[in-house]
Amino acid sequence: MKRVYLDHAATTPLHPSILDVMLPFYKELFGNPSSVHSFGREVKKHVDKARKQVAESINADLDEEIIFTSGGTEADNLAILGVAAALKEKGNHIITSSVEHHASLDTCDALAKEGYRVTRLSVDEHGVIDLEELKSAISKDTILITLMHANNEVGTVQPIEKVSKIAKEHDIYLHTDAVQSFGQIPVDVNQLGVDLLTISGHKIYGPKGIGALYVRKGTKLKNLAHGGGQENKIRPGTENVAGIVGLGKAAEMASNSVDEMQEVEKKRDRLIEGLLKMDDVKLNGHPEKRLPTNVNVSIEYIEGEALILSLDMEGIAASSGSACTSGSLDPSHVLMHMGLSHQTAHGSLRLTLGKGTTDEDIDYVLDRVPKIVERLRNMSPLYGKQIKKGSGCPCTQKK
Amino acid sequence: MYTEKVMDHFQNPRNVGEIEDADGVGEVGNVKCGDIMRIYLKVEDNVIKDIKFRTFGCGAAIATSSVITEMAVDKTIDEALELTNKQVAEELGGLPPVKMHCSNLAADALKTAIEDYKKNNK
Repeated sequence: MKRVYLDHAATTPLHPSILDVMLPFYKELFGNPSSVHSFGREVKKHVDKARKQVAESINADLDEEIIFTSGGTEADNLAILGVAAALKEKGNHIITSSVEHHASLDTCDALAKEGYRVTRLSVDEHGVIDLEELKSAISKDTILITLMHANNEVGTVQPIEKVSKIAKEHDIYLHTDAVQSFGQIPVDVNQLGVDLLTISGHKIYGPKGIGALYVRKGTKLKNLAHGGGQENKIRPGTENVAGIVGLGKAAEMASNSVDEMQEVEKKRDRLIEGLLKMDDVKLNGHPEKRLPTNVNVSIEYIEGEALILSLDMEGIAASSGSACTSGSLDPSHVLMHMGLSHQTAHGSLRLTLGKGTTDEDIDYVLDRVPKIVERLRNMSPLYGKQIKKGSGCPCTQKK
Repeated sequence: MYTEKVMDHFQNPRNVGEIEDADGVGEVGNVKCGDIMRIYLKVEDNVIKDIKFRTFGCGAAIATSSVITEMAVDKTIDEALELTNKQVAEELGGLPPVKMHCSNLAADALKTAIEDYKKNNK
């Protein structure tokens, strides 16, 4: 059976050349980079090189502005909790959006329970924040704005550069989670004007369990963990050397290959066009300001998990914002905040392309999806000539 | 996540469809997760002779709908009323805990259809 992987927003495959640079650190190069002897010094050189590679890939001014973490979630936590702790005498107000990844949303919620005030900005039907709402939310006790660069579910790119200008006018730190955007669109910390920025290894064909937080020089940030002096005393613990080396290489490759994304974007557009040929299918996310790899559609009258399982049986890996996929009882908070009804959000399908996605893959998906949709719709009590559109159990209607 | 039997019923659901002149129709929905099941019955001499379903929902919702049609057919109305969601889950070899109250509405849908049949045949 043909296998098509279209879930690159969840994770990307490890690139062979990245694995190659990592392997020596699981074999002969085992020294602790904090050790002063030759075994340690030899490894330290590679950690330093990786830090430089990451710094250059996002146009950071200094290598030491890069803090390696265990991944995007830890980097987001460190940025938000670290700034909150460092600036608690200055203020206790944090601004975020309602469509952030849970790594940021839940962290802000945790701070709210400790007495911090958190404002969650709303988004429009395309998932974009309102800059006027942001300006109105700012007060003298605002210490941090944390907004994702691009959304992981619908691919919408936020106007971070414009947010940065507003943040600077009010002397407020700006953090952006660039986990999804890095490697797909230009990510330049100076052009974006951010103080803190998160990236993750496994979204850019690198290893899992490694990420980095960019912290602009002079930004006040308190460490969350205590121990050794690693990572500028901000993130102690013996380094995940193989992961760091892999991230360095992955970051270098990601920043050098953003141009390749134009080809991926053509395939994305063909996939979107093909899916929209089906009846009662709607594109979620921004029609233009979206990641070149992201396709997210709502398919009425069917439920997302049933679609994902059916696609899996055809060898196609995809994801959905359906509650039944997430294990919770509520569908995607992103889709709901964009104004979708409960029922429509349930029927979402996210297909995220990668550099290895071929035209044949797109053809295969466009051949299989309509057949599966027809099968599931024929099973659905919400679909059929006997049933009027929008009828069905009142529990599924938009409140 | 799902047992082989759940996947079998999901992939090859039994008794999908509608009964045009059904003796009883029952529909239930889960307010939280949005699943909907509709069951159609044909009853002769107090015995369920035909049963069909249409379901909007996840893999578990479709599988539980399918399996209850197999469990209920040829049972008397009273026997069918005794079927529980727990028995449906057991028949499928188990369901993930979250699915029990989210997607296993099958016995409730059957009961609603039987109540409709009883109301129509007072």
